[in-house]
Order: sequence, then structure tokens, then C-alpha cells
Amino acid sequence: MARYLRSRLLWACVMVVGIVIVGFLITHILPGDPVDVLVGDFPAPPDYVTQVRHEFGLDQPLSTQLGLYVANLARGNLGFSFLNRQPVLELILQRAGATLLLMVPALILASVLGVMIAVRAARHAGRGVDSVLTGISLVGYSVPVFWLAQILIVVFAVKLAWLPAQGMFSIRTPGTGLGVVADYAKHWVLPGACITVYYLAVVARVARSSMLEMLHQDFVLTARAKGLSERAVLWRHVLRNSLIPVITVIGYNFGYSLTGAILTETVFAWPGLGSLFITSISNRDYPVLAGIFLLAAVAVVIANLITDLLYAAADPRVRVAAPAAA
Amino acid sequence: MRPRRGIVQGLLRNGAGVASALFIVFLVLVALFGPVIYSGDPLAISDSPMLHPGGSHLLGTDDLGRDVLAELVYGVRVSLFVGCVAAFAATVMGTLVGAIAGYAGGWVDTTIMRIAEFFQVMPTFILAVVIVALLGPGLLRVVAVIALLSWPQTARIARGEVLRVSQLDFVNGVRCLGVPEWRILFREIMPNAIGPVLALGTLIVGYAILLEASLSFLGLSSPDIVSWGRILSVGQRFLFSAWWLSVFPGLAIFATVLAFNLLGDALGDLLNPRRART
Repeated sequence: MARYLRSRLLWACVMVVGIVIVGFLITHILPGDPVDVLVGDFPAPPDYVTQVRHEFGLDQPLSTQLGLYVANLARGNLGFSFLNRQPVLELILQRAGATLLLMVPALILASVLGVMIAVRAARHAGRGVDSVLTGISLVGYSVPVFWLAQILIVVFAVKLAWLPAQGMFSIRTPGTGLGVVADYAKHWVLPGACITVYYLAVVARVARSSMLEMLHQDFVLTARAKGLSERAVLWRHVLRNSLIPVITVIGYNFGYSLTGAILTETVFAWPGLGSLFITSISNRDYPVLAGIFLLAAVAVVIANLITDLLYAAADPRVRVAAPAAA
Repeated sequence: MRPRRGIVQGLLRNGAGVASALFIVFLVLVALFGPVIYSGDPLAISDSPMLHPGGSHLLGTDDLGRDVLAELVYGVRVSLFVGCVAAFAATVMGTLVGAIAGYAGGWVDTTIMRIAEFFQVMPTFILAVVIVALLGPGLLRVVAVIALLSWPQTARIARGEVLRVSQLDFVNGVRCLGVPEWRILFREIMPNAIGPVLALGTLIVGYAILLEASLSFLGLSSPDIVSWGRILSVGQRFLFSAWWLSVFPGLAIFATVLAFNLLGDALGDLLNPRRART
């Protein structure tokens, strides 16, 4: 177990180093001069441009810039947003809360509902219920999330006027205590539903096919032969043994939640990291882009690491087998 | 192994598979002959902006008076092109890499799969947005980015299949006949391992179409290219007044992606040896 743990941890560290380098490279090698943004649209005197370039260390050779970047990262300094005139880490932390408030409830809801649907579908495999449930999850998997978002807004915010279309809180009712929570909940429903639909589909798909593979194993026959109810067979035996792919997909989704947030946040003007990412793109705010990329990728590495450990907890065979190329 | 004929027959028995295959054929026909059937210029700016659907412009017009139906018809080309080319490139790349990893084993396998794992950790969408935003829009660029970020999945599947097939008895039999190793891999093992890879390739088409639409939706496509995602980004600005700018292009994307996913699933059921008897 200790060996398995150590090798996974070591590998995670290697990946993080790789991610840092990729993050640095994409934002420093690709064309587009950040100095343009700093000096603005007006024609600036060359002296001033040089001064700005020097002030931000943009005149140093790439290798020096990379060294500086890594040294700063080690001190928890993600760089400075040229545009916002604010440290990147501060900016990201400001926005991260909103993204978590959007994503975490949706992911939990999607995981629970997805597994429930999968158990239902696997139980009636090949019959009407299964087709309907599988169909629903396939729809969720294929629908463009930004389009679903638009349709929800048109129907529930514009036509029916039941729910707010954009933002996280109302501007006019600052409210306190429960009022704020209710306000947030009301704003969460539409974007939350969008995200839930997609992840529910992903979880249900994986869980169903994993359960179907298990249903044909001998131990299921044994469980049935013991006289266990179908419900007990499915929930206690089949589901538990098909958990590994399900844990993988859920862990993976948590890691990727930042990515999932981008499109939804854009449509609903949710003030999270996704919106920050999009504004940074159009402004060529390199340090912010690199910071968000870094955060997103490291989140995946951490989620994968936790997933690997959960595997080992769920399945003793993993602990023993060689971890290479798992 | 199963004869080819079985695949066609099996597919015919899968209703959803048939329907989606037919729909994809229809899309291909629209892409090839659409402009002949519906002679609207998708980029022509007319003096009648924001027309409701119906009348002379069947699906209405956008803020510049461009005909939405014409845009949809031309948009098929972009979606199919990006989807198919990206999926093809990712499949070829992934299959080669995965097959070599699975067949060679040892440190080659470990190294390749570690690289694949590294690519899989990359947040695809964020990278795609950053690269396209910084390099500037362009269809081939989008295709390249999508292919570069989707091959590891294929490599994983191909590797697993090659490992499974290479343990079958007939491979040893062929080896005893003195057939060279590369020939065993490409002529004997690959044909028997390719099924799940093809099914995944079909799913990647849908994924690539969705990704292209997302990039265009964020405004990362050139203005002279008609793309479904771009119509949706116009729709976003007029969400409160012009529902048809969102509903129709979104439906087109949805139906197309759904068709490829259904077809991919049907192929997966047929070609995956582990799911053959469900």
C-alpha cells in the first residue's frame, strides 16, 4: 500500500511540473503582445513601451522568465494581472467561491441521481424503462450546454418569468441571512440544472454500462441463488463491484468542474472563474490565463490522486497489482 | 472472429443506430448539395433584420438580416468537416500509439501511457480556447487542437484491445509460421482489435462538433465562416427578443451530436467483445 501511494504521489508531482511548464509556454510562446494591452489603444511613444516591457520583466529571455515564474509559484505568487492591477492569486480566490457554489451542489446532485438512474436502468436492461432512461442520459450527453442554458433562460426567465436569468444575487435586495441564501438558490436553479443534466448523463452512462458488465458475473448468480431480493443484489453486490469506473468518472468530473463552468457561467453571467477566464482571453491577460489553466489542471491531478486512493480503498486488488499504466 | 456481414445485420437490428446512420447520411447530402437545394447566401446582408420565422425567410433572419436557414445549411459543412477530420486524425494517432504501446510492452508501454495520461489531465477545453484565442481562429487549427487533445483516449482503448488479442492462440500460431512482428501487429492483431476503436472514433466526431460549436459560441471563429456555434453567439445577445436565433442552430448541433453518439453506442454494443452478450 505504501509503495502504491508513493508511486502515485511521485507521478502526481511530475505531472504538476509538466503542467507548470505547459502553462508557461502557452502563454509566453504564442503570439499576441501583452504590452499592447498595458499601454492601451492609443499610439504610445516607443520609450514608454520599452519602459512598460521592462517594468514587467517582459524583455528578459524566455528561460529567465520561466525561472522567475517557477520561483514565484513556489512562493505562492501566481503573477500579477496587468489588466486588473491585482495579484492573480487574489483575483482567482475572489472568483473561486462563486464557481464552487455553482458546481459542487450540481455535481453532488448529478452523482446521486446518475447512480440511481443507472441502477434503475440496469435492473430493467433491454426493456422500455432502460431505453427511456438511457435515452435521457444520451440526450444530456449530446446537448450543447450553452444552448440548453439559452433555452432555459428563454422559457423560464423570459416567457414564464419564474426565475432570474443572470447573475448570482439580485442587485436590489441585498437581504441578510436566509434572504441571501434564498436569493442564491433562486439564481442557482437554471445554471445548476444545466450542469446537473450534463454530469448526470455522464455518470449514468458509465454506471449503467459498468453494472451491465457485472450483472453477468457468477457472484451475481450466487447472490440470486441465495434468495436475495433483486434490490439487494443490485445495490449491495452489483453496484459495489461496479463502483470503480463510477468513482473514476465522478472524480474526473470534480477535477474538470472548472472547465464545465466556463460556458454555463458565460451564458448566465455567473461571477465565477469561468467569466474571469473569458474576459482574460479577450484582454490577453496572460498571467490570469496561465493561473486559471494551472488551477484547472492541478485540480484534475488532485482529483485523480484522490480517485486512485479511493480505488485502493474500494478494491484490494489495486493495492497489490503493479501501479504502472493502470 | 465475427464476419463483416454480421456488423451490418446487427446494426440494422438496432433501431436507434439505423435512424442515426440515416440522419448522418442526410447531413452529408445537405453538406454536398445543400446550397443547390436552398439557394440562399448565408453571408448576404439584407434590409430585413430580425424577421420572425415564417414567410420568405423560413427560419427568420438575424441582426444583420442574414437568413438563418441558409446559415444552417452551410454550417453543416463546418461541423461535419471539423468533426470527421479531427476524429479521423485522433483515431489514427491514438490507434498507432496505443497499438505500439500494447504490443511492445515494457518501458515503451510505460512511457507512452504516461505521456497519454499527461495529455488526459490537460483541461482540453481551456487549452483549446487559449490556443485558438492566441493563434487566431481557423478551421484547421481547431481540428489540430481537438485531435491533439483527444488521441489518448483512443490510445488507451487500442492498447487494451491489442493486449487482449495478442494473447489469443492464433497469434502464436502465426508467429510460429515465421511472420515478422510488425506484420503480425498490423495484419493479424489490428483487424481484430479495431472494433472498439471505431466505436470510440464515432463518439469523438460528436465531441469534436460540440467543441467547435463551443469555440464559435465564445466568438473564436472567423466571421467569414458560417458555423452553428456562431449563430448561437449572436443569439446570446438577443436572448430576450429573438428566440429563433438560439433554438434552431442549437437544435441542429444537438441532433447531429446525438446522431453520432447513438451510432457510436450502437457500434460499441456490436463491436465490443466484452459487451457482446448483453
